[in-house]
Amino acid sequence: MLNEAPVTAAAGRPFLQVEGLAKSYPGTTEPVFDEVNFSIARGEFVCIIGHSGCGKTTILNVLAGLETASAGHVFMDGREVAGPSLERGVVFQGHALMPWLTVRKNIAFAVRSKWPDWDSAEVNEHVQKYVALVGLSGAIDKKPAALSGGMKQRVGIARAFAIEPKMLLLDEPFGALDALTRGTIQDELLGIVRETQQTVFMITHDVDEAVLLADKILLMSNGPQARVAEIVRNTMPRDRQRATVHHDPQYYPLRNHLVDFLVARSKDLSHGKAPAHPPTVEPGRGALADAPATVTLKAVA
Amino acid sequence: MFKSLNFKATLVSVLLLLVLLAAWQLATLPASGGSAGPAVSAEQAEYLKMLGKDPGTAKAGGFPTPLQMGQTAWRHLSDPFYDKGPNDKGIAIQLGFSLARVGLGFLLACVVAIPLGFVIGMSPLLRRALDPFIQVLKPISPLAWMPLALYTIKDSSTSGIFVIFICSVWPMLINTAFGVSAVKREWLNVAKTLEVKPLRKAFLVILPAAAPTILTGMRISMGIAWLVIVAAEMLVGGTGIGYFVWNEWNNLSLTNVIFAIAVIGVMGMLLDLMFAQLQKWVTYAE
Repeated sequence: MLNEAPVTAAAGRPFLQVEGLAKSYPGTTEPVFDEVNFSIARGEFVCIIGHSGCGKTTILNVLAGLETASAGHVFMDGREVAGPSLERGVVFQGHALMPWLTVRKNIAFAVRSKWPDWDSAEVNEHVQKYVALVGLSGAIDKKPAALSGGMKQRVGIARAFAIEPKMLLLDEPFGALDALTRGTIQDELLGIVRETQQTVFMITHDVDEAVLLADKILLMSNGPQARVAEIVRNTMPRDRQRATVHHDPQYYPLRNHLVDFLVARSKDLSHGKAPAHPPTVEPGRGALADAPATVTLKAVA
Repeated sequence: MFKSLNFKATLVSVLLLLVLLAAWQLATLPASGGSAGPAVSAEQAEYLKMLGKDPGTAKAGGFPTPLQMGQTAWRHLSDPFYDKGPNDKGIAIQLGFSLARVGLGFLLACVVAIPLGFVIGMSPLLRRALDPFIQVLKPISPLAWMPLALYTIKDSSTSGIFVIFICSVWPMLINTAFGVSAVKREWLNVAKTLEVKPLRKAFLVILPAAAPTILTGMRISMGIAWLVIVAAEMLVGGTGIGYFVWNEWNNLSLTNVIFAIAVIGVMGMLLDLMFAQLQKWVTYAE
């Protein structure tokens, strides 16, 4: 790209900046999404929610460098994202473990890619540390086929964390798991993210998951020509727990806001009817002040 | 349950073998004296003898009995390495010549087919560009190359190796290309996000992922190569188990021919078992 000028003025920029991202496929008149603008601060946990086909996975793949957008730019830490990088760890939807390698070797493969000069003792120590972090030390020498779905996804998470990326990208990591396992791993993920101050961008279909995990939730309108229609700030305290979060007075206003958007509003905002620069809302705030919040948008009945 | 099933299967196999041997024995029984048809007079017998049709030994020298076969097999197996000139070598030596040709031709085919298959599998352009050639060359009987090979190489033994090469190359090439092109996108994406270098990706991601398919191709190739070597050696002559069969046919020694057929079958089975074992090693459960 020729216009490198904004990059030099990176000092005041957020950690990750997405500007005017669009994706269209040849032979279609309307882009899947366009004018996608948002930013992520360092250490922030951001979830993106939207119906199937609005291009969430494409956005994540562009952030990962696995796909190229038709228009727009992504800047991370002052540099434009132009391809895959070890600075961004990805947890794939279908765990993507290599079935011929044990858990240890799967993670060691990633660790060796990041630090090719390490000797095997260093690699092994690092691998064991991250396997312990997801509680799988007992299964470290098993092959993925011998693990349950939840364990496989834990290994996928450990692999992404093990390369100590600047940012973590998760593509609906718990979609294929049962509710109980999902809850446990959500707690673990939350614990690790808080401990490591990791910046996370995660796709989810699960409203409760977003409310529990995310500091900021991006709501996407339906495709075609989907956009990030609204940015919802989670104003609940950061140390929220899965067991108690639903007792927080902010929980239901926040959750209802998300559900209302997905059920009622998102389809009316397709074909580019959503604003290019989405407003930020704090639906939980009203419950705190015990009065209707001024910033909260009313759901379309 | 499995054990008893195995046991039953073995029992049935042995029974079948016994039935076959008994049928063979019955079929090759010398005709009994009474059924020799109209008696021949002394003059007629004399006349028949002059024509080479001795009525007294009419049944001798026909299809061998199981007992004769057993004796022949024992004779061959008890001294497999003797070498008494070009037309009289032990069975192990002949088998060794065949195995060496197959091994060499097969190895050459591996060296060509696996890297080439890798490249074809990775590049959709090459895949399409080379497809017509592969489709035309693949169905050609390897023996059809023989005259061309003999003319250009001018050495019958090397021509045999070439024929093995040309018949083993296609299944391996096609399977390698297919295996490589079918490597799961997600594993390649993992390699991409980890910035894995191309050579490391080829050996640590693509090769193990495609190994079961490649091994299947190698197993098919080896099966075909073993089929073809017998025919090729019949044509080029000199040494090898195929030549042995042809030579014994010219000697009208059916026992030796049958023995060689059995040896070819057992050797083919062993080769296949070897590749089945290799396949087991590289196969992964998802």
